Amino acid sequence: MAPMLQSSQPWVEKYRPKQVKDVAHQDEVVKVLSNTLETTNCPHMLFYGPPGTGKTTTALAIAHQLYGPELYKSRVLELNASDDRGINVVRTKIKDFAAVAVGSGHRQGGYPCPPYKIIILDEADSMTEDAQNALRRTMETYSKVTRFFFICNYISRIIEPLASRCAKFRFKPLSEEIMSSRILHICNEEGLNLDSEALSTLSSISQGDLRRAITYLQGAARLFGSNISSKDLISVSGVIPQEVVQALFAACKSGDFDLANKEVNNVIAEGYPVSQMLSQLFDVVVEADDISDEQKARICKRLGETDKCLVDGADEYLQLLEVASNTMRALCNMPQEFSFES
Amino acid sequence: MLWVDKHRPKTLDQIIVHEEVAQNLKKLVTEQDCPHLLFYGPTGSGKKTLIMALLRQMFGPGAEKVKVENKTWKVDAGSRTIDLDLTTLSSTHHVELNPSDAGFQDRYIVQEIIKEMAKNRPIDTKGKKGYKVLVLNEVDKLSREAQHSLRRTMEKYSASCRLILCCNSSSKVTEAIRSRCLNVRIHAPTEEQIVKVLEFIGNKEGVQLPSGLAARIAEKSNRSLRRAILSFETCRVQQYPFTSNQAIPPMDWEEYVSEIASDIMKEQSPKRLFQVRGKLYELLINCIPPEIILKRLLFELLKKLDAELKHEVCHWAAYYEHRMRLGQKSIFHMEAFVAKFMSIYKAFLIATFG
Repeated sequence: MAPMLQSSQPWVEKYRPKQVKDVAHQDEVVKVLSNTLETTNCPHMLFYGPPGTGKTTTALAIAHQLYGPELYKSRVLELNASDDRGINVVRTKIKDFAAVAVGSGHRQGGYPCPPYKIIILDEADSMTEDAQNALRRTMETYSKVTRFFFICNYISRIIEPLASRCAKFRFKPLSEEIMSSRILHICNEEGLNLDSEALSTLSSISQGDLRRAITYLQGAARLFGSNISSKDLISVSGVIPQEVVQALFAACKSGDFDLANKEVNNVIAEGYPVSQMLSQLFDVVVEADDISDEQKARICKRLGETDKCLVDGADEYLQLLEVASNTMRALCNMPQEFSFES
Repeated sequence: MLWVDKHRPKTLDQIIVHEEVAQNLKKLVTEQDCPHLLFYGPTGSGKKTLIMALLRQMFGPGAEKVKVENKTWKVDAGSRTIDLDLTTLSSTHHVELNPSDAGFQDRYIVQEIIKEMAKNRPIDTKGKKGYKVLVLNEVDKLSREAQHSLRRTMEKYSASCRLILCCNSSSKVTEAIRSRCLNVRIHAPTEEQIVKVLEFIGNKEGVQLPSGLAARIAEKSNRSLRRAILSFETCRVQQYPFTSNQAIPPMDWEEYVSEIASDIMKEQSPKRLFQVRGKLYELLINCIPPEIILKRLLFELLKKLDAELKHEVCHWAAYYEHRMRLGQKSIFHMEAFVAKFMSIYKAFLIATFG
């Protein structure tokens, strides 16, 4: 294999914690898992939480710490949505792996090596219900020699029978202080200068997602050199500048349809993502003081419906125009119902 | 060769419109540490041009020697093997493809190609990069499963493979992928920028360009540079030397849509609806995408309406476009929109004039 320069690895991978105790902000999980490391006993686990909070990192770290590099290959099966995980795989691959017995626990090279194997199912919420159902019995039958780690964003997409067999851990979005301290650590390692304003901008635009924060940071560092301002961070993050959102909102307030249409056209031509626009518009509407609750409700209802339409793949321009028109009607107290609809 | 291709900038230094982005990208590449990239922006804004220039910057002129390959991929999907035919554009350093061509099996394609690329890793000799680049077009059309399957694959093979993703709207790309990429927004060029480019091309071609004409072409182009250059060339073919009040030929389908719009405004009856249907079919047969027809139709109708009707009409346009996306046959939904509009407009006329 060709030797790689260390620097060409994304920072997200470079600074991925290698040990469970380094995982930031998830105290309960870390406590339980450190306990596991000592007693070498652990239940089935289900990690859930928003992206970028350290779920995959934790699972990989515990597996590495339990088995060490030598046994890792034979003891851990890591499956994610990139691998095919239909019902057939559950019936054959997972079952075969789960059924193999392993030798009793001997500490090898300083690693605990407990007498069971680990199957990590990453992004388990994208597994079909059938596949999840097929897992139920497998989990119980081979519980002596196999532990399952499920990782998912939405626990509601894991069927109840599976969830009830696992110890559930919720991964919280990272708080600003923790995030800042991690970011500062990386900045020190990489030799970056980040002023406090930029730091708080970074924490707020990444919304508790550490991976996103690190990716933005790396992007900004590569684009703008080692001195990064908050403006640079906004430009790499895809957040829409507040002026643009305000301009659209003001156009809606004015009650002039053609003006709003022009603003919508501008937003589309500038290439701003409409889903991002919706969420920022939502923030503006909710925080505004001069709008009545009923008006806010009317606007937000439409925002929700539009978001669904966008997920279905509807055209961005038409949907944003619809939102603008509806917002205008709400703000200018025009009637909600159309007068000429038969 | 069309002017659009002939004058496409080859290197990052030649780029006029997105100069700042180009300079930043250049810096990015010279640092030898390139993250995954996601380019998004409206059509005709220069995403592809930037990507090609970026590849050239990364790998030198070798990246331009592309060959078209039509390869059959044998994908092992559990119990059966799937054969997929896919056309790729590749050079020694990069592979470019349209994963959405594979339809609902796009998931396998993406995984298979990335895995194969990771296996055949280029050898690192002096100064040569140790990774390959995979350019994926139209990621927004990629199915949800395929996008999910990209997530971990992107991380796992990050040492040997960089992805450059290209799409029109980043709303349709999942958050998980966006957070793994450096997002680069490519805005549509402003009218002044288009004028500048047209003047630049005019100079190169030795064409006398009256000042008013460039501005008018830019105005008509809807901020799409490609379209502006194409219509500039059309003007050149039609009549040269230019006169300052020369007519810029509009696209014939747009003409046709505006005809439909005035038809609808003139008479609202089942008979007229039937005629309009024929015309809509005509447009669809000529491969104009239905959502573009609907948008244009709305644009034409809005020009002629009173303010109070505009809200209503744009609501229904959005409604039927959404339905069209969910449904199968686009003609039904377009016709439904026209019928709805007719009924609203008729009611409006009766209410106003009795």
